[in-house]
Amino acid sequence: MISNPANLALAAWLLPALSFLVLAIVFPLRRLGKPAAWFSTLCAAAAVVSAFLAWNIASAAPEPIRLVWPWLPSGGVTIADIGVLVDAQSSVMLCLVTLVSFLVQFYSLGYLHDEPAPSLGRYYAYQSLFAFSMIGLALSPNLLQLFMCWELVGLCSYLLIGYWYQRPSAARAAVKAFWITKSADVGFLIGIVMLWRLTGTFDFEQLRMMAMSGAIPVAGLSIITFAIYMGAMGKSAQFPFHVWLPDAMEGPTPVSALIHAATMVTAGVYLLVRTDWLFALTPNVLAIVAWIGAFTALLAAVLACVQDDIKRVLAYSTVSQLGYMMTAIGAGVAAAGFLHLLTHGLFKALLFLGAGAVIHAVGSNDLPRMGGLARRMPQTALLFIVGTLSLAGIPLFGGFLSKEEILGAVWTGGLPGPFALLMLVAFLTAFYMFRVVFLAFFGTAAAVAVTVPAHVAHGGVGRVVSDPAATPPRVAHAHLHNEAVVEGAHVNEVPHAHEPPATMLLPLWVLALMTMAVGVYTTIGGAATAGFFVGGEHVAANAEQAVPPEWLTYAAVGAAFAGILLAGLTYQTRTINASRLAAAFGPIRSAALRKFWIDDVFEAIYGFVLLGLARIVGWVDRYIVDGVLNLLSDWTVQAGDELRGIQTGKPQDYVYGVATGVLVLVLLMRLVF
Amino acid sequence: MGLQPYLLLSAVVFSIGLFGVMTRRNTIGILLGIELMMNAVNINLVAFSRYTAVVSGMIFTVFTICITVTEAALGLAIVILLFRVRRTVMADHLDLLKG
Repeated sequence: MISNPANLALAAWLLPALSFLVLAIVFPLRRLGKPAAWFSTLCAAAAVVSAFLAWNIASAAPEPIRLVWPWLPSGGVTIADIGVLVDAQSSVMLCLVTLVSFLVQFYSLGYLHDEPAPSLGRYYAYQSLFAFSMIGLALSPNLLQLFMCWELVGLCSYLLIGYWYQRPSAARAAVKAFWITKSADVGFLIGIVMLWRLTGTFDFEQLRMMAMSGAIPVAGLSIITFAIYMGAMGKSAQFPFHVWLPDAMEGPTPVSALIHAATMVTAGVYLLVRTDWLFALTPNVLAIVAWIGAFTALLAAVLACVQDDIKRVLAYSTVSQLGYMMTAIGAGVAAAGFLHLLTHGLFKALLFLGAGAVIHAVGSNDLPRMGGLARRMPQTALLFIVGTLSLAGIPLFGGFLSKEEILGAVWTGGLPGPFALLMLVAFLTAFYMFRVVFLAFFGTAAAVAVTVPAHVAHGGVGRVVSDPAATPPRVAHAHLHNEAVVEGAHVNEVPHAHEPPATMLLPLWVLALMTMAVGVYTTIGGAATAGFFVGGEHVAANAEQAVPPEWLTYAAVGAAFAGILLAGLTYQTRTINASRLAAAFGPIRSAALRKFWIDDVFEAIYGFVLLGLARIVGWVDRYIVDGVLNLLSDWTVQAGDELRGIQTGKPQDYVYGVATGVLVLVLLMRLVF
Repeated sequence: MGLQPYLLLSAVVFSIGLFGVMTRRNTIGILLGIELMMNAVNINLVAFSRYTAVVSGMIFTVFTICITVTEAALGLAIVILLFRVRRTVMADHLDLLKG
């Protein structure tokens, strides 16, 4: 019983479901807030234990373990099963989801301590529902259950982005995320149904057997795989569907860490990893995946360089890293993408939770308002830097090997174009992340207000204003200035900033230590250790491929260090004038500030095409459909008005009628019969 | 005598009754017309009973007369009540059912 990983995985799946149902049904508990939060967190903790036990057994199991029940019976045949499929991939994904989910729930106890009790209960109900849906997605034995959970996580994302629904921007962001991912999901659903028409099954294992034995006809398969890829594009924020993810940062920061960095947005990558044998049959689609992935990575990295909101920098960095993973899958080495998914899940959750601690302390997302925080909150700074070094791909940190693997896979996969883009992104990633580190944790916050005379500051030549990223609105700027005058001695640091409470620090430490442990283990062990995380068979498949050249590692690490150096020279020592740097990239910078007009294009599509269509449909409904009905009813009313004169109300008139009727009948009888 | 003169008489009485019902303004006159029409029916019944030598027609006539009497009593009661409420028994004033 306990030694069967499928049972353990099932327990890990159903514990959050239990928590959600209890919080949803027992509304007095939900309204209490804190007890609801603890209940949900405890369920998540139990799920973590169960998940790690399952992984421990399943990673050694030679065969995938299924525990399924028939679902959707049709004429004696079961169209689809429901249950869990535990193999090396799904069990390690299960561990990531349950772990980050638990840590985020624990962290939220501290982060959301000021929330009113009823909405805190609501938050934890959503969190539990999300954990249940995401685990169901990871463990799904077939495409149909995966799609169902896929939509459920989309719903949870919508609910949690709009958690502070009183804020119009949050409500808009929630609707935007929902619409854009849903429009991509249409493609996914079409792809699933077409694949079922072609093969007659939704089941991953059956499909894999068919793909391996060549039983799936390749003709027309490209359309199907592209349709499935479209769903992944929406969920994993690939160009041009990436626009929803930065806006999704309107949700609470722990939600961003869990859903919009570590787990849900990687569902698209996970889907492609799960079906890599299917995509391998259509190399043309894989090439599209690689190119779009690399392009997305570059686009998002450029956008991240000009953001002032710490969460938005991280959001674009997530988009960029998702592009990395997609490129690896496009290069045919899904295992590399999956490894990066796992390490990225750890260190990006760490970064987001660290950013949450900073926001908690400063009370603002604005980078120019931060500064010198390393003195006030040394632990948070240290942990954030660990995450940053991991993201930059520095050896001994979590992201090093996975990034190497991806770059190596893209190089040996014969994709020099995407490879060049990714190398550039590696440089930019280090640059923009260390820009955040230097701006937030070092330097001084309100330096501009102290060192720059008032007329210069308002003229827009000061430090903050000339920063390539910084475009503080005039109001915020004036506020900074006033604060400097009022606060006096405290201007060079953010006032009242302090270390977060233990409930927030503990998850940060756990994630940082795990990131370090993974980093040290993989850096020392090299590529062979990847099998520990992504399953042995994938490594065996990789071994046949060409080994990437030796210089690649040095180039990637060199690019990262160059990025760090540039950021340091610009934002720490100020050897390079930030405004001169900005001027050198003038057109790109101004385009990036407008998000390369992609949001505008979407807005125009929405404004002209969708609303235009809605207006036409509205006109047809108002004037043609309603018109026909109104005409008919008018006619009826008019006919009634005309005919009411017959009803005189005088009894003798009716007798006339009866007598005349009888007479007519009698005459008719005479004449006709 | 054959059947025909009775039927003729019955038709004439019925027509007079119908004419009365249709033309009289006074409700009591209408009731009288109805009585005439009923009696025309009775004549028919008796005539056919004699002609076909089936007694049931006669028995049926007794019933009809009884019913006619009750109907007249009821009708007159209604007319009296009507007069009390509306202060009129003229049929063309009683047009509450006008559309």
